[in-house]
Amino acid sequence: MDWLSNNIYAILDNPALKWLLLVMVMVMPLASLLTWAERRQSAMMQDRLGPNRANIGPIKLKGILHFIADAVKMISKEDFIPGSVHRGLFALAPILAIAPVLIAFAIIPFGPTIYPHSYTDTLDVLGLAADPSAKPFADSIRLQVASFDYGLLFYFAVLSIANYGGVVAGWASYNKWALLGGLRSSSQMMSYEVAMGLSLMGCFLLVGSLEPGFIVGSGVSSQMSASNPLNWLWLWQFPALILFMTAAIAETKRAPFDIPEGEPEIIGYFVEYSGMRWGLFFLAEFIEIVFISSVIATVFFGGWQVPFLDADGFRVGGYVTEINHQWVSTGGWVLKLPHAVVTALQVGAFGLKVILLAWFQLMIRWTLPRFRADQLMNLGWKVLLPCALGWTMLTALFKLCAIYLGWL
Amino acid sequence: MASHAHDDHELTTTGPKVLATSTVSPKVRTIAVVRPAAHDVTYLAATKTGLGITLKHFAKNLFGRRRTVEAAQQGRPVPTTAFGRCAERHRDHPVPRGEGGLPGAVPRPPPADAARRRPGALRGVHVLPDGVPGHCITIIPEQSDDNGIEKRPAVFEIDELRCVVCGLCVEACPCDAIRMDSGTHAKPVEERADAVMTKDKLLAVSKDNGKSPTSIATQGGAGANWRDGR
Repeated sequence: MDWLSNNIYAILDNPALKWLLLVMVMVMPLASLLTWAERRQSAMMQDRLGPNRANIGPIKLKGILHFIADAVKMISKEDFIPGSVHRGLFALAPILAIAPVLIAFAIIPFGPTIYPHSYTDTLDVLGLAADPSAKPFADSIRLQVASFDYGLLFYFAVLSIANYGGVVAGWASYNKWALLGGLRSSSQMMSYEVAMGLSLMGCFLLVGSLEPGFIVGSGVSSQMSASNPLNWLWLWQFPALILFMTAAIAETKRAPFDIPEGEPEIIGYFVEYSGMRWGLFFLAEFIEIVFISSVIATVFFGGWQVPFLDADGFRVGGYVTEINHQWVSTGGWVLKLPHAVVTALQVGAFGLKVILLAWFQLMIRWTLPRFRADQLMNLGWKVLLPCALGWTMLTALFKLCAIYLGWL
Repeated sequence: MASHAHDDHELTTTGPKVLATSTVSPKVRTIAVVRPAAHDVTYLAATKTGLGITLKHFAKNLFGRRRTVEAAQQGRPVPTTAFGRCAERHRDHPVPRGEGGLPGAVPRPPPADAARRRPGALRGVHVLPDGVPGHCITIIPEQSDDNGIEKRPAVFEIDELRCVVCGLCVEACPCDAIRMDSGTHAKPVEERADAVMTKDKLLAVSKDNGKSPTSIATQGGAGANWRDGR
């Protein structure tokens, strides 16, 4: 027991444990709830009621229980594998679709660094910045599974594996429609990956880092606190936000970019799948929604930052200073809060931002009709790509001027 | 060879606008190319408009009351102009033909020989099966013991799967034996046979889900001496 109590924070800081916690506590429930939210929200947008019947006795919860009913249904369905499919690849494809997205969550900072010893007190910001290895700050839990220097490049790299999910599913099914769907999905995802990566280049240039934790922690300008909404990238990189969001929605293969599925014409790459194998494709889409919301929240909307909430409390005025390569906001009028409250608010803010962005994605999904394949390719290669390139150059120019004129 | 009328007149082309035609080869033309405008290429303007519409509906339904009626639970009144489930008329409640007839039909006063018509008496009259679209009514007549009427139906069936709810049978029946103002909709059935309204079922249909009595009409009338009661 002694060993455990001595090493409890080291154990809690274990990446595998954090990843498990993140996926099991936040991502999976949110993705499952999105299956309900999508039907309910679309119903509200179309003046219908939507699912409201699933119940456990008198408990209905506005139909939220439908996702439990769905899960039970899909798991208890017959796991049917058609006779002519390639059995190995057929079984592999759903895993290829869902695993990369879950892995990519490793780079998302879903909360600030927690210092357990000052949990009941206000965090000593200046002391922490001056000497992070001092005794009260020695034990820390970073609410980010892995902070790579190559940060978001890891996301692009891993998500290109998800590309194989659709292609392999279509190929292994030995079905013309499934193969068409797989081809469509690969062409779409490859086209939009280019635009997606390039649209974030401006953000990387401006902040000077690929690491999401750094983007959240520092903001654009060193003249403002990182918790100031004006310091978040949505304002500085608004065109990039639109470009990235468009490309990212295309990456999820959902309407208006649901050509790989194309229910009216080809059923899509998962036409031969049934039961929970199909459910994994379905779930992967919703997890991708959560993931893209997390990325947009992290890069453009300050991640876990609450507006004007610094590590020691709400702050009006004050100035930002650099100590030991860390930007610290001090001075000004401060409403001091215990560290526990601050961290809880910040993790909650991240969750709220993700939910709002997921809501917005569902709004778009139920508003726009489907693109034609040629329109899709035109938009990807002829609009998004040049715009992303042009915006990157503009940002580079801006950054150059800013450095010379000392703006940032 | 017969030609279609619309093929004869010249088609108006919606092709590109021709600015100039080559004098050497008339097939070579200079045309004005219509390029899509910037807001069409990016789809941004259309997306904004569409989001505005859907957001309006979303907000209205989020904060306001949704207008959907949960008819399965609470039910809703059947409009007076709608046809209800087929039923046999009440014998003691003669209804002018308009009332149970076509929607919007003006109720007519009962005919002069209303007493002789005897609403509720199922007679084997063949005007119904012949006149009804879908041929949903089957009547097989048989000899009646009743001296007042010459025959009565041995089989009188209305197939509600074939019925198109046109109401013509109500109009056509000389005895007003069929009504469609039962106020109840045709119920879902589990088997095809259940959708066929036989004589007994027709007599048993009640208005208002059982609140008012079922038909008291008897098959073939009240018997041989029905006039004696009057």
